[in-house]
Amino acid sequence: MARMHVMEQSETQAIMSSMHEMLEKRLSVSSLAPCPVEFTASYVAMCATQSCGKCTPCRNGLRMLRHLFNDVLNNRATLETLDLIESTARTVYLSSDCAIGYEAGEVALMAIRGFRDDFEHHVTKHACGFSQHQTVPCVSGCPAGVDIPGYIALVEAGRYTEAVRLIRKDNPLPLVCGLVCEHPCEMHCRRGMVDDPMNIRGLKRYAVDHAGDYRPLVKPATGKRVAVIGGGPAGISCAYYLTLMGHKVKIFEQRAHLGGMLRYGIPNYRLPREQLDSEIQWILDCGIDVELNHSVDGDEMTRLRSEYDAVYLAIGAHADKKLGLPGEDAEGVMSAVQLLRDMGDNNPPDFKGLTVAVVGGGNVAMDVARTSVRLGAEKVIIAYRRRVADMTAQDEEIAGAEAEGCEVMDLHAPKEVVVDENGHVAGLKVEPQIIGGLKRGRPAPRAAEGGDVVVPCDRVIVAIGQDIDSVTFEEQGVPCKWGRIVTDPDGAVPGQDGLFSGGDCQSGPATVIRAINAGKVAAGNIDNYLGFNHKIELDVELPPVQFKGKISCARCEMREREASERINDFDIVENGLTDQEAHQEASRCLRCDHFGFGAFRGGRVEQW
Amino acid sequence: MVNLTIDGRAVTVEEGTSILDAAATVGIKIPTLCYLKDLNEIGACRICVVEIEGIDQLVAACNNTVLEGMVVRTNSPKVRVARRMNMELLLATHDSECTSCVRSGNCTLQTLANDLGISDLPYEKRLMHDEWDKSYPLIRNNDKCINCLRCIQVCEKIQGIGVWDLANRATHTSVNVRGGMTIQESDCTLCGQCITHCPTGALRERDDTQKVFDALADPEKVVVVQIAPAVRAAWGESLGLAREDATVGRLVAALRQMGVDYVFDTNFSADLTIMEEGTELLHKLAHKEENTFPMFTSCCPGWVRYVKAVRPEFTDQLSTSKSPGQMFGAVTKSYFAELKGIDPHNIFCVEIMPCTAKKAEVAIPVMNDACGDPDVDVSITTREVDRMIRAEHIDATMLPEEDFDDPLGTSTGAAVIFGATGGVMEAALRTAYHVVTGKKPEPDAFSDVRGLDAWKEATYDLAGTPVRVAVVSGLANAGYLLDAIAAGEVEYDFVEVMACPGGCAGGGGQPIHDGEELAGVRGDVLWGLDHNAELRNSYENPSITAIYQDYLGEPLSERAEELLHTDHHAWSIH
Repeated sequence: MARMHVMEQSETQAIMSSMHEMLEKRLSVSSLAPCPVEFTASYVAMCATQSCGKCTPCRNGLRMLRHLFNDVLNNRATLETLDLIESTARTVYLSSDCAIGYEAGEVALMAIRGFRDDFEHHVTKHACGFSQHQTVPCVSGCPAGVDIPGYIALVEAGRYTEAVRLIRKDNPLPLVCGLVCEHPCEMHCRRGMVDDPMNIRGLKRYAVDHAGDYRPLVKPATGKRVAVIGGGPAGISCAYYLTLMGHKVKIFEQRAHLGGMLRYGIPNYRLPREQLDSEIQWILDCGIDVELNHSVDGDEMTRLRSEYDAVYLAIGAHADKKLGLPGEDAEGVMSAVQLLRDMGDNNPPDFKGLTVAVVGGGNVAMDVARTSVRLGAEKVIIAYRRRVADMTAQDEEIAGAEAEGCEVMDLHAPKEVVVDENGHVAGLKVEPQIIGGLKRGRPAPRAAEGGDVVVPCDRVIVAIGQDIDSVTFEEQGVPCKWGRIVTDPDGAVPGQDGLFSGGDCQSGPATVIRAINAGKVAAGNIDNYLGFNHKIELDVELPPVQFKGKISCARCEMREREASERINDFDIVENGLTDQEAHQEASRCLRCDHFGFGAFRGGRVEQW
Repeated sequence: MVNLTIDGRAVTVEEGTSILDAAATVGIKIPTLCYLKDLNEIGACRICVVEIEGIDQLVAACNNTVLEGMVVRTNSPKVRVARRMNMELLLATHDSECTSCVRSGNCTLQTLANDLGISDLPYEKRLMHDEWDKSYPLIRNNDKCINCLRCIQVCEKIQGIGVWDLANRATHTSVNVRGGMTIQESDCTLCGQCITHCPTGALRERDDTQKVFDALADPEKVVVVQIAPAVRAAWGESLGLAREDATVGRLVAALRQMGVDYVFDTNFSADLTIMEEGTELLHKLAHKEENTFPMFTSCCPGWVRYVKAVRPEFTDQLSTSKSPGQMFGAVTKSYFAELKGIDPHNIFCVEIMPCTAKKAEVAIPVMNDACGDPDVDVSITTREVDRMIRAEHIDATMLPEEDFDDPLGTSTGAAVIFGATGGVMEAALRTAYHVVTGKKPEPDAFSDVRGLDAWKEATYDLAGTPVRVAVVSGLANAGYLLDAIAAGEVEYDFVEVMACPGGCAGGGGQPIHDGEELAGVRGDVLWGLDHNAELRNSYENPSITAIYQDYLGEPLSERAEELLHTDHHAWSIH
């Protein structure tokens, strides 16, 4: 008899591992609409499968919880049942011997407390009170509700112009989104249950790159005039749809070019200016007037409101946030907003041979770091107080920055800008951090043992967020909260007849697609405010759905130009999908608009 | 054209044809359950699944289209297993007490399960035992619901209301009143279209037949029955009678055989309705500035409930005339009771209607103008009278033809067409023409508003006054029409609305034929009866002349107002 055995994976263990992997995939395709009670019941039941059975609270507590949840789901529960669920969950949490029990107890406790209303709805109404939005997952995940399965089918059929036309029903900036959208749709893609989610953004870019031109239908003139303050994605989207509805729109833009953060926030190597300008020009050609270099403050807004039938306020979030550290006023310290604005106005600073320290961990921090590389910086350091894993920047942006030679100095909190005798930046003093427990959902860092470090540098760029210049509007009676403009859910500013607002200035700094949605929603509601009910309609015939069954095929990713080459210019970094890749990718779509719940509800929004 | 092979047979069909329809062209019948053409093509039940060569998963034949070169098997081993097992899975959550189910013998689930030869179930029954107030005219038994979702679709798409929705999710998904409301709290119009489109016994009307049998058994009671126009076009369908043999005379005979004391015709009071409603319209047209137009018909209780619940701003534009059924009840317990010297409290008034909303109408508290009791005691549907005939073991094929009793059994062709969309309008115009011109109208002078189109309109010249009319059936269509009126896009003087598509012929109380819409065929029977009628105008009905002469005076007289008109604001649907 051997004394020990080499560990091998049994066949059963292999199946178990692959089931775990599949479960992970299934869960990562986060459903937008599970019933909270169903979800909790199954979650707790899954937790119970891990119990070894030794301890009472875990073995019997989780079992009883499962029965109690089932009582709720089968309309056998009373409000007292809910109290019993809560006290049982608390006991499992408090008295289990190991994490299998107490973590499961905590989940159950979080659910019964957080979803109390939903549990009560089940008990009293015998129905799920959660609003029913189990529609097409990608479309539900897209803030603008773009008809994703529709345009993917058109790409598959080789009808690229119509694909773009279909996208523009809900989103007038397909080129922009094909390049820089954060694609929340992909997170929900049901294909992820099979192998990988669809590369939706890649297909959108492919459609745009291969589409021919067309002009949209503009409805007869209504004689109504609308002023749009701010020419970013929200303002442009609003202007586009209002124009299609027959209203006369004029955009007032404080800078020399339109685009807002698309131009003054996103670098050329992600969103080339020429392409951005061409997409904006296509929209303006629908008949939109523009006044550039015209900053509108509260007073002027009031004047515009008397001159125009409605006003849309979409000024974005362009004010920089300060660190509040000693030395921040020194020469050589600048904000990310300022750098990216200079870049947008074709006025690039020279960083040749300099060392640049970037403070922050978001996408903007990555943008300024990578821009600094391209401006000739010899060394770029990204100082961040948490871990890389905690950064809010997208993974591909962090990877891109690192590939281009930026050094990420995580777990270092900026403490002071070190200034030389000439009042110029000499370095950034940082304090090493150790990561700790969760605070408001994110791990909180605190000072680690060991002393401060001074990172010698010539420039410090602060990229810790943006604020909104809303003071003068607030003075005119526009309600604001933490600088953000307050609106009703329809975009109307309460108490200000005919004034609507949206985009970053209302939501706080957010994504392009959210701003587009805000503009679209405002356009629809402004149209109604003006006394009309124009519809933006589906004007493309879609190819018939083909049943393909389950065919395994992984996802094609877009590739990037080699780092050593791309750091020398501001040209676009990402390559689009090849023809072969795009067609394979399009054929992977599971057509949730036709199969599954889409066949019943939510298959297609034909007009809005 | 697309070429494919189904079960080894070459098939050529147009592009966009479903696999189901393609198979039918070569005589291959793929079974369906949840499917309803154009209304519910959602592939939910998975009974119609077929195999496509080269693809592992099976596909629903009802909502997937043929592709060039496709090789389809509708009866492969895989299909057989899945189809049968899906049926077993449905039966596992279905209360199969078929012996005590109103749909036994007319249940698509039962037929399919029998077809598939299912005799043992591999699963334990799991029933949900949802509660329902069985005193409500519409009854939902979720233990019989198979989640085909047809009721949701018909209520939303055809009726534009949306009483039903999915309640709960995942494995607990069921259909119930939207938002966890009770049915009483909902805007249900009781049109009954969800019942006639249900493939099982999950939805049915409250059965009131026992109340009628009880009255027949009570020696004190004089049982008076009225038969609505559309009932005569459908009652024989579930009793094995050919359409031409299922005459109203045989139904009269069946009711007499049960012991009914007087069998009358709602057509009589339909003529009465025309006299009142037509006069009301002419009166309003003569005082145009004092009235808001259009005036809407009020004979359909589903439509009246819809207006009150969903579009109350139009309530004042409903004609104040009661429905023919209610006029009949009021006249029976006054005029007829006096005529025969019967204590009206001893009269038990039954109406046989193609309608489920009538069950609520007879219970409206203010419908008691004749003697203080409800003018109509019980309303039963065509389906219920058929069940009574079966319960009495009357062989409908052996029934003689008998006449209605007098005097409330005499009517004209203008009355019988009340049962088809456009009929009320046409009948009203015939009499209005006579009132205004003194002339008898040409028989088919106002036929433009007949037919099954969703929204019909016409303008007629009544002695120099143009009268703009419109006719809609189906409440979704009614909603579009109200929208258009509200938006000022259309203007009419008089509008007929029937809640059920095709009018009462397609009523929610009519016999059920899964997958068939029979309003058109039944309507044709009614138009045929009108065509062959000796008298075709309500004002020509001698019994109508008599009742005005002897009892009511003239249309809109004080007594007519008291008995034959109602205040739509005097009650609430909730």
